[in-house]
This record gives sequence, C-alpha cells and structure tokens, in this order.
Amino acid sequence: MNEIEVAQISCGSEYTGIQHEIESAAEQVGAKIIFPDIDLEEVEAAEAKFGLKVTSPDLKLMLARAISVVEGHTTADAVFIGTCFRCAEGALVRNEIRRYVHDKSGLPVISYSYTERTTADTLLTRMEALTTIAKRRSLLAREKQSGLTAGIDSGSTTTKAVIMQDNEILGFGWVGSTDVLESAEEAYSIALSESGIERDAVQAIGVTGYGRFMLGKSFNADLVQEEITVNSKGAVYLADRHKGAATVIDVGGMDNKAISVQDGIPGIFTMGGICAGASGRFLEMTAKRLGVDITELGKLALAGKASNISMNSYCIVFGIQSLVNSLSKGARHEDVAAAACYSVAEQVFEQQLQEVEVREPVIMVGGTALIEGLPQAMRELLQAEVIVPPYAQLIGAVGSALLSSGFIEE
Amino acid sequence: MANIFIYPSNSLILYDLVERFGHKPLAVMQEIKKRVTTAGIDSPPLNITPEDPKIGLKYAAVEVPAGVRGRMSLLDPLLEDSEAAILVEDAPIGFGCMGCQRTSELVGFLIRAKRIPILELSYPTSDDAAENFVYQISEFLNGLGDGKEAKNE
Repeated sequence: MNEIEVAQISCGSEYTGIQHEIESAAEQVGAKIIFPDIDLEEVEAAEAKFGLKVTSPDLKLMLARAISVVEGHTTADAVFIGTCFRCAEGALVRNEIRRYVHDKSGLPVISYSYTERTTADTLLTRMEALTTIAKRRSLLAREKQSGLTAGIDSGSTTTKAVIMQDNEILGFGWVGSTDVLESAEEAYSIALSESGIERDAVQAIGVTGYGRFMLGKSFNADLVQEEITVNSKGAVYLADRHKGAATVIDVGGMDNKAISVQDGIPGIFTMGGICAGASGRFLEMTAKRLGVDITELGKLALAGKASNISMNSYCIVFGIQSLVNSLSKGARHEDVAAAACYSVAEQVFEQQLQEVEVREPVIMVGGTALIEGLPQAMRELLQAEVIVPPYAQLIGAVGSALLSSGFIEE
Repeated sequence: MANIFIYPSNSLILYDLVERFGHKPLAVMQEIKKRVTTAGIDSPPLNITPEDPKIGLKYAAVEVPAGVRGRMSLLDPLLEDSEAAILVEDAPIGFGCMGCQRTSELVGFLIRAKRIPILELSYPTSDDAAENFVYQISEFLNGLGDGKEAKNE
C-alpha cells in the first residue's frame, strides 16, 4: 500500500509550534502531510473564486489551497483542515473549506482547531480515521458479518466484547473498565461463555477503543482500528442503514463523537473531549445524586420537563451544583433528570454538531443512548429522526467484529 | 544609526531601504534565523515551539489564538529594540506579510503606543506614488539624525 498523502490546509500551525505534532500523528498512521503548491496570483484570486472575503493573508492561502485540491491541481488522498482555536475568522474559513472540499472532491476531511497544547496523541485517532477511510474503502464497504468473529471495545468507562456468527450476535460481555487487559479478558470470556463458543473457534478478532493498541498485541487481533470508523460501520449495521446519509452520535464516558456518514463511510467527523459536562460521566453523577441507578435515569427523565430547571453552566461541577440547587428548592427528580439529559444533548449540539452536516437519520450509539432521556432531548433539539439501534451500547465491539470478518476471506 | 521596526515585518523592500539609509532594520527574518540555527530545537519549519505562544502572553491574553501569540513571540525582541518604525498599510502579500490580520492590528497598536517616531504609509499604486513613497521614507530616515545619506545608486 502506498503512503497516504494528506493535504494540509491550515493557518497558524507553524506559529503555534505544533506543526511537527500534526506531521508526527500522520507518520504514526503511515501517512504523509503535503502542502498544495500555490502561486501568489492564485492566492490573490482565491477570495473571488471561492466567494468568501477574508482579511488574513494565511486564510486567503487556505482558500487557494482548497481550490487547488478540489480542482485536482494537487493530488491528495485526504485533507486535514486546521486553524487556531478561538480565531473567529479562522473558524469561518475552516468550516466553509471543510464543506467545500467534502462536497466538491469527495475526499475524506477532518478539521481541527488547535492550541499550543495540541499534541500528536490528540490528533492520532482523527488522523488514523482519516487514513483508514482513504485507504480501506473496500473493507468499509462490508455490510454483513460472516464467519465466526469477535470484537472488543476498550472504552474509557466500560469494556465491551461480542461474538458474532453469520451476521448474528451470539453473545456479549459488558464490564466496567479497570485494567485494560483484565477488563477486556473478562468481557471476552463472558461473551464466549454466553455464546457457547470455544476461544480457538474464533476465526478473526477486531479491537477498538482507547486500549486498542494493547489489546491488539495481547489478543493478536486481525484488526486494530480507531472508534470513528468502527462506530460508523457498527451504527449503520445495527440500524440497517447501510445506504445513504446518516449522522452517528456517540456520547461516551470520556469524549463524544459526531460523524456524518455516507453509505456507511465516515465523511466529516468531530471528536470532543474538553468538557466532562457533555459526557456520560455527567449523567452518571446526576444518577448518583438522585439516588437512582444509571439504567433508571432515562425513564425518570422522560417523565420530567427540562425547562423547569435552571442550568447556568455546562461545566460538570457547576452543572451538578445547579441540579443540587434545584433539588434544594424542591425540584422534582424527574425534572432534574430531564435537565441533565438536555444539558448534555445541548452541549453536543452546540459544540459538535455545528461541525458536521446533520443528515437524517441520526443514529445514537454507545451506552448513553440507552438513557432514554438523552435521545429524546436530541430529538427535541434537532427536530429530526433519532434512532437508537438494538445493542447500541456494543457499537464498537459489533463494528470490530463486522469489519474483522473481512480478514477471514483475505 | 537607529533601530527601525518595519511592518510588514518580513518586507525585503523595506529592509533594503532602511539599510541603504544607514539604519538597522528590525525584521522577523533575523528572529527566524536565530531559531533555525539554534542547535537542539526540533520544531520545523520555523522552530517555534509550543513554549513560544506562552511568551506571547506578554502581549495578549490566553483567549487570543495561539498563532497570534506565537507570532508575537517572534516580534517581541523587535518591538523591544525599536527606536523608530515604518508601517505600510494595505500592502499586497508579495510586499511582505505576517499572515494574520489580528497580529497586524496588535502590532500596529503596540508600536504606536511606544511613542517613538513612526512613519505610516499606504502601499503605492502608481509610479508617482511609488516615488513619493521612497521619498517619504528617505526623509523620515534622514530626519532621525545619525543615519547616513542614501547611496546614490
């Protein structure tokens, strides 16, 4: 396989001091960063051609580079678009270029706003997904699981494992994450036992999630894959929406993913992990404060009204404080549960869904999708069809088992 | 000989003019050269490291984009050493640019706040305006006192 060439269209990365981090992340996934070569005249003509007037010269250069990629003057397999975090003009340009490149070139695109603290590790999963989409289209075209395969998803909060045979889930294990390998072993053993399958009978195994590299070595996995690709495939598979557009939302324990999907292949995606107030952890803390099990929080929320509660912050600490204040004033537990779900959905909507094209159906996955109040809040916010497929909590494991079956035939 | 801050800070034409009139141009190329020739720093292409935007906090708070603060760390020694300045507005990219309009706005403000002699010019768009442009620069630089007369070339 030739090296994947990722065209970088950015402003400020060299002055932020993180250009080598971008290049290092690309290198780690077998990709190479290239910069579209542009003449001065092309930079000066870019605004008129693109139709967007900007004042910063480096943003004009970004426009010219985007045009070069779309018009085929630059050959690339994927595109990385970046601007400085908190630059309003940069954000406008980044968003418009992302849309433009995605719509006009069909190349996989990722956009990111960086600070001086951005590291290669932060970018690695995104870069891995970008290159996978570029180089493994045939694998991603798989719509059915075949043979006897296993998938393990080593998440930040829980570890999931599934055993699949001939397009059916035979059994699964779902345990809290402690030690990466021990939790994976436990979940896998449960899945095998529930399936009545001997370990040696498994023909291929795929791993994903934060601990995927460790699991890959330990389980001698056929597929070691980041969550963007795996969850996209898992979501369209479980929701039976292989063809056409869809948006996958995964509110995780540590970070959230929003992925715009076409025919099961991720197009534009974002990963957020800055604020815990938009994570499953916030819902877990709310359930604890309300004295209910996390599995009961969703039903409680459905019976409540979020607007009855005043939430002044998205922060996990101040958000909980708002809920506690409401409880001290006699608020109904149902309303508090609904407000917590709405707060998480609203934050995902405001901070992440603005960066992807939200196209129906919206498929919510991950353990949090089972907290009924959350998909309901998302439905209200988006005014769109929101699907929670069966086994939504196993999305990464199912996606891994599905994709790894491609290795049996190979 | 005075230290003349020029903006755009990488303008070769301004650099050359200042030098011809016997003063010392303060340009960003000098700062970049220092970085790329310093052994032990490995942060290509400019050898700006993630520490530099922190130096830029001297001029702009943390809510200002890191790219602006990184540029300010490059310009910091130039601003510090400047005794006079020539600023050219609305110049085309080929004349020189720092890439970021927000940086340009901040630099313009900071240099004006220093209360040093400043010549502010618009980029010339005709031959006559170009002659006048060079003339104004020569008058400004000669008026700074200890600069040499322009070479008659």
